[in-house]
Amino acid sequence: MAELKYESPQTTEAAVALLAAGGPTARVFAGGTDLMVQMHEEMIEPTLLVDIKRISETRQITFEDDYVRIGAAVTGAELGEHAELKAMWPGVVEAVELIGSYQVQGRATIGGNLCNASPAADSVPALIAAAARVVIAGPGGVRDIPVEDMPVGPGRTSLAAGEFVTSLLLPKRAERAGDAYLRFIPRTEMDIAVVGVGVSVTLNPDGTCATARMALGAVAPTARLVKAASDILVGNKLDHAVLEALAEAASDACSPIDDKRGTIVFRTKVAGVLACRAAAIAWQRAEKN
Amino acid sequence: MSNDQSTTNYRWVGKRTPRPDGVDKVTGRARYGDDMSVPGMLHCKILRSPHAHARIVSIDLSKAKALKGVKAVLTCAEIPDHPLSEPPYAPIINDMHDISRNVMAREKVLYDGHAVAAVAATSERIARAALKLIDVEYEVLPHVLDPLEAAQPGAPILNEDQFTFGDETEPKVPSNLFRSITGKRGDLEAGFAEADLIIEREFISEPVHQGYIEPLACIATTSEDGCVELWTTTQGHFVIRALCAKLLNMELAKIRVTASEIGGGFGGKNTIYGEPVAIRLSQMTGRPVRMVMTRTEVFRASGPTVGSRSKIKMGAKKDGTITAAEVDTWYQAGAFKGAPVGRAVETYFSSYKIANVRATCYDVCVNRPKVAAYRAPGAPMAAFAAEGAINELADRLGIDPIDFRLKNAVGEGDESLMGSKYGQIGLVEVLEKVKSHPHYAAPLGPNQGRGFALGYWMHGGGLSSVSAHLLDDGTVTVATGNPDIGGSRSSMRVMAAEELGIDIELIKPIVADTGSMGYSHLTAGSRTTFATGWAVVNAVREIIDKLRALAAKKWGISVDDVIWESGQAVPKKAGQDRIKPLSLKELAGMATKMGGAIAGHSEINAGGVGAAFSAQLVDVEVDPETGFVTPTRYTVVQDVGRAISPDYVEGQMQGGAVQGIGWALNEAYIYDAEGRLQNTGFLDYRMPVASDVPMIDTVLVEVPNPNHPYGVRGVGEPCLVPAPAAVANAVENAIGRTMSWLPLSPPKILQAIEELKLAAE
Repeated sequence: MAELKYESPQTTEAAVALLAAGGPTARVFAGGTDLMVQMHEEMIEPTLLVDIKRISETRQITFEDDYVRIGAAVTGAELGEHAELKAMWPGVVEAVELIGSYQVQGRATIGGNLCNASPAADSVPALIAAAARVVIAGPGGVRDIPVEDMPVGPGRTSLAAGEFVTSLLLPKRAERAGDAYLRFIPRTEMDIAVVGVGVSVTLNPDGTCATARMALGAVAPTARLVKAASDILVGNKLDHAVLEALAEAASDACSPIDDKRGTIVFRTKVAGVLACRAAAIAWQRAEKN
Repeated sequence: MSNDQSTTNYRWVGKRTPRPDGVDKVTGRARYGDDMSVPGMLHCKILRSPHAHARIVSIDLSKAKALKGVKAVLTCAEIPDHPLSEPPYAPIINDMHDISRNVMAREKVLYDGHAVAAVAATSERIARAALKLIDVEYEVLPHVLDPLEAAQPGAPILNEDQFTFGDETEPKVPSNLFRSITGKRGDLEAGFAEADLIIEREFISEPVHQGYIEPLACIATTSEDGCVELWTTTQGHFVIRALCAKLLNMELAKIRVTASEIGGGFGGKNTIYGEPVAIRLSQMTGRPVRMVMTRTEVFRASGPTVGSRSKIKMGAKKDGTITAAEVDTWYQAGAFKGAPVGRAVETYFSSYKIANVRATCYDVCVNRPKVAAYRAPGAPMAAFAAEGAINELADRLGIDPIDFRLKNAVGEGDESLMGSKYGQIGLVEVLEKVKSHPHYAAPLGPNQGRGFALGYWMHGGGLSSVSAHLLDDGTVTVATGNPDIGGSRSSMRVMAAEELGIDIELIKPIVADTGSMGYSHLTAGSRTTFATGWAVVNAVREIIDKLRALAAKKWGISVDDVIWESGQAVPKKAGQDRIKPLSLKELAGMATKMGGAIAGHSEINAGGVGAAFSAQLVDVEVDPETGFVTPTRYTVVQDVGRAISPDYVEGQMQGGAVQGIGWALNEAYIYDAEGRLQNTGFLDYRMPVASDVPMIDTVLVEVPNPNHPYGVRGVGEPCLVPAPAAVANAVENAIGRTMSWLPLSPPKILQAIEELKLAAE
């Protein structure tokens, strides 16, 4: 039986050094709501936990010139209580707030949801739709990548040895912008997305779409950006024909599996349904801004 | 005490009193199964089969035994074997041959999660590590999960020593079909010939778990003299004692079982799993051994209820008279025989007067965990088929579903298919109450539907023991042998206070261990308030008689001239009004100086159970684009006999409805192609959460059971019986087609909606 060590460094550099030295059985510990369950279920047996919550950058939400920086270890509850962020990116915040239960929200972090790399992670489609970027610290320094480049498969990320996520960057919003996230679960809460859809739009003064991004979760090995959505929406209003095309594009983008959470047929169909519903909400929010 | 409905002038019965277990539960002080620890205890973990069906070729324990901190490792070699039990078979079969194999696999593993070996170590971590050092060689065999397939010739055979019982051809080859039970009367052919409308349907329901919040947990301690103390979460510690003693060839008096506070059971904690393993490990090591199952283990290895496949045929005349009904239902028992087939036949069609009827239920083994009881075992699936067919009959004949049932309702003197004869019952009252309820006439919105179903259950009676002690300050302890799973301490206290005529706060209800009480059967079968409550009444009446005798002695009059009234002894005759009545407290203070402490006992075998009926109305809204179902309104109307503690009775009715909603909409076991269970936690085994259900409205109909001192009928189980059928009927009504396969999960509903759309085009 290997011993388990716990460290809680106060600087990014110290965390990187610990993770690099710890090798493949070292794990980053933020909220722990996935990590602890995996340890209890004996799915993983880490030898080192590096708690990143004492590194100040990971725990802050700061408004900078062009973007909002959200620390990787900011919890769902903290995001939900941040009025300014919620007003700017309501879809991202509501996606994070869907994770787990009220109690779990006090621990679960936005960075953890991303790095756990579940294809069904609620925050990820919303973040991709928002064109968010991930800030990564590692032995080679700091780099940042688009969120969609982070997960590479179920449970796997593009992080290299010794790297960890310090924060996420959300672009600042202009006027007439809105986003939304919807998921389907067979219950009303305490469940994992069978399909998740994030949509972000900005509108022209005449009410037509200026920019649009849509991403799907739980319908492929990783959350994916539906590139066709932009072509369908930009320049148009959200009429019946556009919605039908959007639903079709969402369904076409699916390559799901049959598993305990849903069937291929169901996921493919519902992705289209939720795409239209999420787009309508994002649109409505954009019109009000 | 009269149980006439007009004399409801009770001080405590029927009142909303604080619950005696409430404070300890909200402060976290109540001790559940895994809240106990004993100095020096070891931790037990169980190695479980990764295969649905395999022969055990060999087990090598040497590496596990060598691990530092491991004190004992056991396999089936340490659990006594027993011969197969012989007929006649009881309705609930406790075959030690099977129980021994379910506790620890012997020749074969029969389901994913079947226990194969167990370790006792100085920490849970070491015990878990030791499990990984046990080498088991398996020869994997083909498996079967479906009861219809399992009953076919050529299916993989689970128990090679099982031959179909009652087969007149005396089968030479073993079968997964253990037996069938049939109830019948009349002439089916003539009955169907009389019908204007005949429908034939097939219904499928999946096994569902009881889903109790508290996982199974126990601690066993063995003394040097061979005596065992067992702490466990159970619905019946006397039954646990009996099963452990029989399995381990021990004397009953040498096992003392204490029931912990219990976090739900619903029938699932009526039998033994880890208890004999913990006892054997404590015997082997001389140390206390603690066994706590994880949720995953609970799902993989403890009993769900049966899944069912039913083929039903019913006929009715245009006026709504049901002329004939027949059904064949295959129940999957799990790895060992014992599906509740008798209970199913008992409850099939039993709300209706049908001249020509047959119900046959088959008890079939499959590669799943052995089923356990679950709230009205066998009945909700039977009601799902029968009520589904009856709703279709009423619908196609254009008759209101309540009127249809009123037309065919059983009454006093009628019998169920297994011969239970109804006394005074409240079926018609229940149906009329539903019909006049505002819910029945409330308008429905778009995509909404309303469902209705009726359920019948004959609750249990049987053995119960009570010791009531009057203490010298005038307080009273009332000890029963029944774990309090649904409010029995409250009901016992209320009935004792009503009899004694004192404040409930003066009475302390207690659940006593097996060393302190006479035999008490399970807290199950909706029997406890009925049977144990009856014993409480007897026991405190014995106290009252002793107090009257004491007062008579004090006053120098005949005991016959002393009556008990409002908590005091009062002289009966006129002209004795100069004698001051003596209160219970005064008499209690005198007792020890005038003959000794005062106690009352009762050890009974309660008969005279009363049939109970629950009718349920439910509205749902279906999202036509996703198949998501939202129950929007739910009303349960039930004949409860008399509600001793209405808060608890309503809680039972609400709980039954909520479990039924889960059963109807989302709960199911999901297996992979190798027969491995995929959803071993509440995340993917989708029981409803609070926000999934509407407020469940309850209407208590009180038609007293004339056999019981307070008119009690069992209330815990009838409320689940019609729930899945009612919810399914509401979905049918919302989407406009029949639905016969539970759970009605969103993919199934969406597919049905798409099919309807295609058919319309």
